[in-house]
Amino acid sequence: MPPFKNALSALRSRLMSLKQPAAQTRPLTVAIIGNPNTGKSTLFNSLVGMKSRVGNFPGVTVEKKIGRVRWNGRAIDLVDLPGTYSLSPRTLDEMVSVDVLLSRQQEVGEIDAIVCIVDVSNLERNLYLVSQVLDLGLPTVLVLNMQDVAQARGVSIDADRLSKRLGIPVVSTEAHRRRGLDDVRRAIDETVNQRPPQALRLFSDEFYQECDLLSAMLAERHAADTPLYLLERLIVDVGGQVENQLAERHDALPQVLREVRQRLGEAGCRVPAIEAKVRYSWIRDVLENVVTRPQARLVTASDKIDRILTHRLVGLLIFAVLMLIVFLSIFIWAEPFMNAIEVGQTWMASMLTGLMPPGALRSLLVDGLIAGVGGVIIFVPQIAFLFFFMAILEDCGYMARAAFLMDKLMTKIGLSGKSFVPLMSSFACAIPGVMATRVIENRRDRMVTILVAPLMSCSARLPVYALMIALFVPAEETLKRGLLLFGMYWLGVVVAIPVAWILKKTFFRGETPPFVMELPSYKWPSPRMVIYRVYDRSKAFVTRAGTLIFATTIVVWAGGYFPGDHSELDRVQAQLETLQAGGSADSTADEAAALIERQNKLSGELIAGSLLGRIGHAIEPAVRPLGWDWKIGVGALASFPAREVIVATMGTIYSLGGEVDEQSEGLRGAMQASTWPDGRKVYSMPVALSIMVFFALCAQCAATLMVIKRETNSWRWPVFTFVYMTALAYLGALVTYQVARLFV
Amino acid sequence: MTTLDTLKGGERARIVAVTGDDGISIRLMEMGLTEGEQIELLGFAPLGDPIEFLVRGYRISLRCSEARRVQVEPPQISGKPA
Repeated sequence: MPPFKNALSALRSRLMSLKQPAAQTRPLTVAIIGNPNTGKSTLFNSLVGMKSRVGNFPGVTVEKKIGRVRWNGRAIDLVDLPGTYSLSPRTLDEMVSVDVLLSRQQEVGEIDAIVCIVDVSNLERNLYLVSQVLDLGLPTVLVLNMQDVAQARGVSIDADRLSKRLGIPVVSTEAHRRRGLDDVRRAIDETVNQRPPQALRLFSDEFYQECDLLSAMLAERHAADTPLYLLERLIVDVGGQVENQLAERHDALPQVLREVRQRLGEAGCRVPAIEAKVRYSWIRDVLENVVTRPQARLVTASDKIDRILTHRLVGLLIFAVLMLIVFLSIFIWAEPFMNAIEVGQTWMASMLTGLMPPGALRSLLVDGLIAGVGGVIIFVPQIAFLFFFMAILEDCGYMARAAFLMDKLMTKIGLSGKSFVPLMSSFACAIPGVMATRVIENRRDRMVTILVAPLMSCSARLPVYALMIALFVPAEETLKRGLLLFGMYWLGVVVAIPVAWILKKTFFRGETPPFVMELPSYKWPSPRMVIYRVYDRSKAFVTRAGTLIFATTIVVWAGGYFPGDHSELDRVQAQLETLQAGGSADSTADEAAALIERQNKLSGELIAGSLLGRIGHAIEPAVRPLGWDWKIGVGALASFPAREVIVATMGTIYSLGGEVDEQSEGLRGAMQASTWPDGRKVYSMPVALSIMVFFALCAQCAATLMVIKRETNSWRWPVFTFVYMTALAYLGALVTYQVARLFV
Repeated sequence: MTTLDTLKGGERARIVAVTGDDGISIRLMEMGLTEGEQIELLGFAPLGDPIEFLVRGYRISLRCSEARRVQVEPPQISGKPA
């Protein structure tokens, strides 16, 4: 209802301008912005606590995070904007912050004040962003954070003098120790009641004359006034987002801008160099007699640590050890927790089984609902472990070094050093890996990393590899088994390299993003922040991707259950359960075994007749060239929610019941005995290889696809991932089978 | 005149200009690499690229290709802090 919404916001601004008491109770909207590594998220979380609302801004991958603070009985909605070094948007994602600050972002609405947080130990560069924020002419609070680091460097700041010079309140905090938080709240409350400061106008008169000209020209075309800040950006950001957006509507604009920049260049304001020049010379004036620093730069502990951690040999060694720990944590340490979840799941399932008679409802609850919920929370331990270590490494300043060390390697496939940790984590599980790509600010790098992450051989592929290898390589040939497994792990990487390269040349073309990156000072990670990150990421996964994963499980369950007459199976199961409940005398043991066999046979027949089974039959001609029969086809289809499901599905199809695992002798035997109608064996080494290659490259993991949907904020990319990976998997399996057949 | 990527470890130089007007050059200037500033090369990454510098009191990492855009006066060896 946009008209209604418009009327409402018009009414709201009327109320504001009247300054009636009603306006006093309206929640304030305050945006918080700062450079990366300034403790901005720590400040936000300390002010807001655990109750922030997280979502996405429409059409972009930027996370929208809003939390409510109260001060003096007044509600303040804090909007956390992404960390940035400047407000010169070059992409749609970077434009979001500018739009929010200019009250042009509809979901956030009008901004009452801005909190700009800076790292005091690094004030000079941080004030660049502050000078841009002050160009907006909004009530602003400057937060000087990390006083402790500054002290260690021997840097001291005269905050009062700085406040007078800037004409805005200046507050000192140590956010990770929760010091100075009330001062921030008080300053926000006070600053909104005062007259907003005059916008800084650092450029020359000629520059602002050009702004007026452009404004008049733009006003001719569309009624709305263009804010002065956007006019500045339009002139200064050559090929920036503002220019690109406006040029879509004004054909003449690029030519006009060229002339404007030419005239300014002749007047001594060379665009774009002029901006950094005027802002840094303003900064020098502002900081004169405000900052006192020691004559010579003190060599701090941080400097000494850096020398070791970026050392050619020792640095790489420490890096390798740290990465090994991170990897082991998701690969091995998370396992007991995942097992516990599985035990809980089995326990719930057997409880329900005991309480209810066999039937569609029980099957829905046990095989759909409980399996669906279990299929979501099973990922939480891995996510929690990865983000625990990532939060520590990020908070202490090491993540930037990790990117620094690995950049050269990653540029070889067109990515940057920041893609290393997400991709490495994907070897354990692509879900935390995809979620970890948030550290990559560049959208194109991030998207390519997300799209190739599922190619890394995750732990869910292991059961499939193990089953197939066990089928054809005797246990004695350890070396051959090991080599085969090793080869399967490398396959994903080898394929990911050309895929990343092609993606960079097609969908994500454009100028190479800068890798100009600050290497922040080392500091102790804040335990609160680490715990918060773990909680925040796990919650984001469960609430935002969980429902979709759950829904997929239910749909696939229905596909395997319907249509089909389950009455006989239900009767057999009921008999079996009464029998088992009645004790285990020898005479009943034989009877039970017979019933179990009957039950497994019926289950196998039912899945063959179900929707999934019919599709499996229908696609048999398509999977024949891979060396597969329809049973393997059904297994591949049914494993869409998760790859490892194929093992249980194969068990059901081969009438062994769904309780088998990859170590099961029964399953191995059934598979080896399986034949084509003409009596040839179905499984041979080429078939096993073809199945492994297929599962190495396919996107049979609903959870990963749903996380990609959430992280990219679009259905386009999970669909794309599924299509390209399935195509690769099919082709890979086809080539593998056809080639291997020539040799075996 | 030379460019930033040709400095050796521990060498300090004064920035003359950042060439180019695309996103990378704008970012370099925003990060404080402006005319007249002193910049010191602290070291290279183990694989030779990127490079770590000290400018305006903080550490920054630049790829060789980025450092090449920064023109500097011939360097002076930075002595021990007095």
